[in-house]
Amino acid sequence: MTAVDSRAQGGFVGRPMKRKEDPRLITGRATYVDDIQPVGTLWMAFVRSPEAHARVTSIDTSAALAREDVVAVFTGDDLEGIAAPLPCAWVPPGVEVNAPEHWPLAKGHVAHVGDPVALVIGVDRYSVVDAAEDVVVEYEPLPVVVDPEEALKDEVLVHPGLGSNKVHEWSLGGGDLDAGFAAADVVIERRIVNHRVAGGAIEPRAVLAEERAGHITIWSSTQVPHFLRLFLSILLGLSEERIRVIAPEVGGGFGSKLQIYGEEILCAWAAQRVGRPVKWVETRSEAMMVTHHGRDQIATVRVGAKRDGTVTAFHAKILADFGAYLMLLTPAVPALGAFVMSGCYRFPAVQTDIVGVLTNKFSTDAIRGAGRPEATHMIEVAMDQLAHELGLDPLDVRRRNFIAADDFPHETALGIVYDSGNYQASLAKLLEHLDVAAFRAEQERLRGEGIHRGLGFSTYTEICGLAPSRVVGPGGFGLQTGLWESALVRVHLTGAVTVYTGTSPHGQGHETGFAQIVADRLGCDPEQVEVVHGDTAAGPQGLGTYGSRSLAVGGEAVAKATAKVVEKGKALVAHKLEASPDDIEVRDGRWIVRGSPEQGMTLAEVAGSAYIPEDIPEGMEPGLEETAFYDPNNFVFPFGAHAAIVDVDAETGKVKVVRYLAVDDCGPAINPLLIDGQVHGGIVHSIGQALYEQVIYDEIGQLVTGTFVDYALPTAAEIPSIETDRTETPSPVNSLGVKGIGEAGTIAASAAVANAVIDALRPLGVDYMDMPFTPMRVWNAIQEGQQ
Amino acid sequence: MSSNVPVRLSVNGRVHELDVEPRLLLVHLLRDRLGLTGSHVGCDTTSCGACTVHVDGEAVKSCTVLAVQADGTKVTTIEGLAQGDQLHPLQEAFWEDHGLQCGYCTPGMIMAAADLLARNPDPTEEEIRHGLEGNLCRCTGYHNIVRAVSDAAKHPHAGRIPHPGPTPEGAAIGLELAREGLGA
Repeated sequence: MTAVDSRAQGGFVGRPMKRKEDPRLITGRATYVDDIQPVGTLWMAFVRSPEAHARVTSIDTSAALAREDVVAVFTGDDLEGIAAPLPCAWVPPGVEVNAPEHWPLAKGHVAHVGDPVALVIGVDRYSVVDAAEDVVVEYEPLPVVVDPEEALKDEVLVHPGLGSNKVHEWSLGGGDLDAGFAAADVVIERRIVNHRVAGGAIEPRAVLAEERAGHITIWSSTQVPHFLRLFLSILLGLSEERIRVIAPEVGGGFGSKLQIYGEEILCAWAAQRVGRPVKWVETRSEAMMVTHHGRDQIATVRVGAKRDGTVTAFHAKILADFGAYLMLLTPAVPALGAFVMSGCYRFPAVQTDIVGVLTNKFSTDAIRGAGRPEATHMIEVAMDQLAHELGLDPLDVRRRNFIAADDFPHETALGIVYDSGNYQASLAKLLEHLDVAAFRAEQERLRGEGIHRGLGFSTYTEICGLAPSRVVGPGGFGLQTGLWESALVRVHLTGAVTVYTGTSPHGQGHETGFAQIVADRLGCDPEQVEVVHGDTAAGPQGLGTYGSRSLAVGGEAVAKATAKVVEKGKALVAHKLEASPDDIEVRDGRWIVRGSPEQGMTLAEVAGSAYIPEDIPEGMEPGLEETAFYDPNNFVFPFGAHAAIVDVDAETGKVKVVRYLAVDDCGPAINPLLIDGQVHGGIVHSIGQALYEQVIYDEIGQLVTGTFVDYALPTAAEIPSIETDRTETPSPVNSLGVKGIGEAGTIAASAAVANAVIDALRPLGVDYMDMPFTPMRVWNAIQEGQQ
Repeated sequence: MSSNVPVRLSVNGRVHELDVEPRLLLVHLLRDRLGLTGSHVGCDTTSCGACTVHVDGEAVKSCTVLAVQADGTKVTTIEGLAQGDQLHPLQEAFWEDHGLQCGYCTPGMIMAAADLLARNPDPTEEEIRHGLEGNLCRCTGYHNIVRAVSDAAKHPHAGRIPHPGPTPEGAAIGLELAREGLGA
C-alpha cells in the first residue's frame, strides 16, 4: 500500500473535525455499564478486609443469608469452579519470579486493606450494602510492612508462605557502564522517589454479567474486552465462543481499566450460580482502595559526564513497590521504562536494574505512561541536576547529548531502534514561544518582590504503539500474548461503511479519527462511516487500548483493511468502465478513471455492483468487506519539548503552575483537535502527580487517601491554559507515519514541573526535592534549605 | 427497611409521583426510577460533580440530595437541556471545542456551567475556572472545557435552562419558571 497524503487532496485526514462520538455524550444519551439494567438484575457487594494483613479466622454469613433481600453469599471456600488465580501476563524468560497466588476472594489470608473476603448478592442497590455489613468476619492481625525498603529486609512477610517479599530482579543494559563512569569527569547520584498515584477515571469500575443457556455476556468498563474474554474462558472453564464481552461507553481508563479484576470474574461466576443477571458498581472509596495504583518506585540514579556535559554513563537502580499481589502487568511496568532509559540522548552506556518487592498495599500496575513517566522523570531531572553541578545551561547539556536529527533510525546502547526524531527541532519550536532570557530577567525582578518563579524543561522521547509481537511476546520481553491489532471494513450495499476495530477506546475519539482515515480512502464522508469497538461478538479478535497503541497499530490495521477494499473496488470499477485497475483512482468522492473524470462511480455504486453481482470480473467474490491483522516491525517513538513555569509561595510552600508550554511530535496529524485534547489531559494528569496527588498508606497499612476529598485530583481552578504546538516527523514504521500521543503529556510533564520548582527554590537553598510538591513538603524543604 | 414515602416532582417538565425509600438519593431516583441515566455518579463525597442537575433553577449535586428533599421541586437534567434537535449553546460549544473525551463528567460539567453562566453571563477565564472547581475531569485537563464555556457565554441565552412542557402541568411549570426569570 502506498501512503496517501490526503491533505494534499483536500481529504478529511489532517482536519480538526468535531467528534462523531459527542452528540450522545453531551445529551446524556450515552450508555455506560451502570446505565444497562436487564430485567431481574441482582446486585453484588463485597465484604472487604479492614486489616492490611491478617488471617481470616471465621466468616459468619448467617445474618446476611437470613435477610429477605439477599439471594446468596459466597466466600473464598466457595470458589470451586474458578480454575486458577487472577493472571499476571508477564513471564520474562529466564527470570525467577516469586509471585503469590491471587484469588478473587481471599482464602483465609488477607494482604491489603480492601482484600475481598466475601460477596453478597441481593435484590437492591442499597440493601445489598447493608447485607454485606451483616457478614461477620473475625481477623487475626499479622505484622504489616508498607515501606518497600523495609519489605526488602524480609523481617515481615507479606505472604508468609512465599518466604520472601522480593519478587524478582531484572536488568536491561547496553554499552560499557564501568568504562563510561571511568571516563567521566563528574558523577552525580540522586535518590529519586516517584510516589504512588491512582488512575482517577471519573467513572468507577462497573460490571454486569448475564448467563443464558450456557452463554455469558459481560458488560465491563474495561480497556481490554478481548483479554477479559480470554481470562473468563480460562478461569471459568467456558469455551471462548460462549463468552461475549462488551465494553460500552467507558468513562476514562488511564491504565486503571487495563486489568483483569477479580470483580469481573466473580460477577460472571455469580451470574452462573444464581441464574440471574448480576451487577457490581464500584464506589469511589472502593476505587481508591482496589483499582490498581501506579508508579511507587524508589530510584537511585547515577550519571557520569564530561565537563562539557557529555554524558558517559547512566545507571538507574529501581526498587519497585508492587503491593500485595502481581496483577496483569505489575512487574512489567518498571521494565517498560527501562526501554527508554536513554531518553532522547546518545548515552554510550546505560543500564536499569529493577528489584520488585511486595508490601501490604494494593497492587501497582499500568497507569498512564506505565514506567515511562518514571524513567523520563529520572532522566530529565538528572539532566538538570547534572547541568547545575557543571555550571552549565540545562538546555545546552540536553543539546550536547541529543541524538542528531540525521541519525535516524537510531539504535541506542540498549539495542532499541528509535524510528524517527528531531529533538533539536521540537526544542527550537518550543523556544519560539518562550524567551528564556526575558524569563530570567523577569525571574530576577520578581525575586526582588518576594515571588519565587522557576522555569523547568523536559525533552522526552517515549516508546509506544505496543506491538511488535516478536519483541514484546513470550519469547522476547515475556508478555504472554501477541500485540498486533485487527480491523474489519464492511461497505454495505448502500455505500454506508462499518469499521470494526480491535482497539477499545474510552474517550480518545477513535470513531472520528478512524472514520477520517477510511473516508479519504473510500471516497465517502466520515458521517457515513460507523466505527464499532468494544464488543467481542462484533468483529475479529483484538487486543484493546493502552500503551498509546490505538492509532499506530489499530489505525494502521484500519488503513490496511481499507486498502484491501480499495483494491477490490478498483478491480470492479475497472471491469465496469473497461479500464485498467491501475488507472482507477478515488478522488473527490468518486472512483474515476485517471484522466477521464467524467467516467466514474460513487462508493454506493461500487458497493451495489459488488452485492448484486450480475457483472463482476471472472472469479471475483461478491460483497465488499475485508479484514486485516497488522503486527508492526517496531515500536514508535513520539517526542517533544515541554516547559513549565511555576510560582512558589515561600511563606506557605504553595506551588502554582503559571504557564505550561508543550511541543509534541506524533507524526502527521490525523485530527489535530484530538491530539491537543490528549496532550492537555496528559499534561494535567502529570501536573496532578507533581503537585497534588498521592496515594498514602499509614504505617499499619490503612489507606489515608480513600476518597476524592483526600486524594486531590487537580480542578480547573489550579490549572493554567496549556500552550501547545507540534512538529510532524513521520514514522517509517507504518504507512500513516503516525505515533501515539495518549501518554506523551503525562510522560513529559512531571519532570518539567519538578525542574521548575527546583529552579524557583535554588536561591532558598533547595537543590533537589522529590514530588509531590505539596505546600507542607515544599515549606519544610525551604526551612531545611535556609539552615 | 423503613417504609416508603411519596414524592412528587417535575423533571424536565414532566411531573412524576413516586413512592421512595427515605434514603434514596435524587441521582438514583433520576437514574434507576426515571431512566434518566445522563447524570452520573463518580464519587461518594460530593467531590466530582458528575451528578450535577438543577433543582429549582440552581445547580446541585444530586448524589448529595435525598429524593424526598426534592419533593415539590422542578428538576432539570442533561436530558432536558436540548430542545428537540436544537442543542443548548453549552452543548454546541462543548462539541465544537472538543470539551469532552470520555464524556462521563460532561453532563455534570455542562449543568454546572449553565448555572455559572446564569449567575455570571460574561465570566473571565479565571471566573470560569473557579466556577467549575466543584466538577472533576480527568481527560481534558480542563483547557477545552474552559474554552467551551467561554465560547458559549457569547450566546445570549447560554445561562438559560429550558423547562419543556410535554404535559399541561409541565407547561404550566415552565411558564411559571419563565416568569421567575430562570434563577438569574
